[in-house]
Amino acid sequence: METLSSLADGFAIALTWQNIGLALLGCFLGTIMGALPGLGPSNGVAILIPLAFTLGLAATPSLILLTSVYYGAMYGGRISSILLNIPGDEPAMMTCLDGYPMAKKGMAGEALSLSGISSFVGAFFATWGLILLAPQLVKIALLFGPAEYFALFALAFMTLGGVSSTNQAKSAFAAALGLGLAMIGVDTQTGVPRFTFGEVHLYDGLDFLVAIVGLFALSEVFIFLENRHGEASAKGKTIVIGRLSPPRSMLKACTPTMLRSSFVGFIAGVLPGAGASLGSFLSYSLEKRLVDKDGTFGTGDPRGVAAPEAGNNAAAGGALVPMLALGVPGSGTTAVLLAVLLSLNITPGPLLFANNPDVVWGLIAALFIANFMLLALNIPMVGIFTRLLLVPPRVLMPIVAMVSFVGIYGISGSSFDLLVMIGFGLLGWVLRKFDVPLVPIILGTLLGNAMENNLRRAITIDDGNWWTLIDSPLAIGLWVVAIIGFILPLFFARKVKSGMQRGDAEGSTRD
Amino acid sequence: MSDRIFGVFGVLLAIGFAIAASQIKESFLSDAVGPKAFPYIIAAILGLSSAVIALRPDPEPLWPPLGRLIEILAAAVVMILYAQLLPVAGFVTATAFAAAYLSWRLGSTILGACMTGVGTSVGIYVVFHLVLGLSLARGPLGF
Repeated sequence: METLSSLADGFAIALTWQNIGLALLGCFLGTIMGALPGLGPSNGVAILIPLAFTLGLAATPSLILLTSVYYGAMYGGRISSILLNIPGDEPAMMTCLDGYPMAKKGMAGEALSLSGISSFVGAFFATWGLILLAPQLVKIALLFGPAEYFALFALAFMTLGGVSSTNQAKSAFAAALGLGLAMIGVDTQTGVPRFTFGEVHLYDGLDFLVAIVGLFALSEVFIFLENRHGEASAKGKTIVIGRLSPPRSMLKACTPTMLRSSFVGFIAGVLPGAGASLGSFLSYSLEKRLVDKDGTFGTGDPRGVAAPEAGNNAAAGGALVPMLALGVPGSGTTAVLLAVLLSLNITPGPLLFANNPDVVWGLIAALFIANFMLLALNIPMVGIFTRLLLVPPRVLMPIVAMVSFVGIYGISGSSFDLLVMIGFGLLGWVLRKFDVPLVPIILGTLLGNAMENNLRRAITIDDGNWWTLIDSPLAIGLWVVAIIGFILPLFFARKVKSGMQRGDAEGSTRD
Repeated sequence: MSDRIFGVFGVLLAIGFAIAASQIKESFLSDAVGPKAFPYIIAAILGLSSAVIALRPDPEPLWPPLGRLIEILAAAVVMILYAQLLPVAGFVTATAFAAAYLSWRLGSTILGACMTGVGTSVGIYVVFHLVLGLSLARGPLGF
């Protein structure tokens, strides 16, 4: 009951003209960014953060804008999967398998609208899951002391490579690099400068927004330059959409699939190190095993479109649970959303629900509103989005680069930050070549100081005894999960990876 | 081979990081752990993981030919110039040139690139400065 009244308060906050307008804008931009190959949800949110920040939006409106972009990108990714057989972002990869064959059979419109409805179902149930699960997780999190938090951060880093990570050494390298970057600046506890090399600009530390935009958005521009990929992917292909509503019988046949996939996707989203790509992969494989009796999956079976779409949108909602309740994101895009919270001076985690209920519940209400908007935007207006696929990267990428520069310049007004951002762009390009994941770097720069503070606090409380880190059952449990999460991929990664075809395309910025 | 070089570079980076950490001046008011311990842990992880990368390399990544590499460096130089000239030339002029360059290198015709550049720059100026009120770098001409 308490939950429902909090939710009602949330709607009261979210239903202002400004917030509705921002949600609509976010949904629209998010769908575009999801649909365009090369701009995934993490890139999309990364580019827009500095703008939300410099425009002086308050916490709740900025979060509404950016989570709408996040949900929208999850919707948008399917459009180019279905029409062009090119996933707009990584979670939409599995949608290619049955979506494109459906489009070839002349059922593109049905596939698009069915996947839109599946996305809605997945996101809708995941938002309810968030409402029910997050407060329970908060209750557990309130038992955490500094030692447990330190273990939790370690768990986040060790599982972030995910079960599909083929090289755990590179994930560990990325995490350590990110943590090392976070150490730059004045030590918060003793006031001594560290790793600044006398450069005054570095005393405040590196701004993680600069790192995020450089690593994600600018490195993408460099990738396009490297391949000189300037033509639109849709060029020369005729796109026929056809009728825009799925027949009732098709919807009926897909309903159990959607519900099962929403559940699987949500769980995959909540678990550390899984995220939306794995959510859609698991849902698809499960459905294939359960209902594919005639071997129609992969040849344009509508259930093969419904499963991954419900799965990845549910996972997107699920991934918000650990981010909001524990302050520890489990996927790339939620890591970027964490950056938003931190730059707005809001500390996520259990206290968020107690101290800023307006932010939490306003955000959750906004998720519901955004989901309905996306359904409304995506079914009748899908034609507009498909036309946007015709915009060539030679026009799009300069815009992406310039908007990134404007956003970062807007925050600080200093050229120094722009230079740092270009440096991160080049670094991101090199690391992507080496197949080093970028998300642990971001997470390291975001959480490094909090992680160190918890470590020092825990040990100081116990008079310099380092064994205090594994002193409580809770902490030991977290360490065990962390170690299992780190070792497991060494055995299973190749299997999962070969299941997720073309996993390499955007491996480094994977969500 | 690439991974081996990368790993060796990582080990050197870890050593450098550890040396830099040992140079941190400790304050007389320090906690039980101090400002050096966590950086040492990070350096250890960095070094270990780099060593593993060097000893068990992945298959060779697909490196672009030299021409493409120069392309990327040239774009980075243009961006650096952009960052430096932004306060001098003003937002609209600098952005138009930078965007036009990128568009040209991505395969637009000269005319198309100029149009993209001017369009991007004026578009951003109108949306972000005139409509949303973001302050952008001001040049000698006032924009």
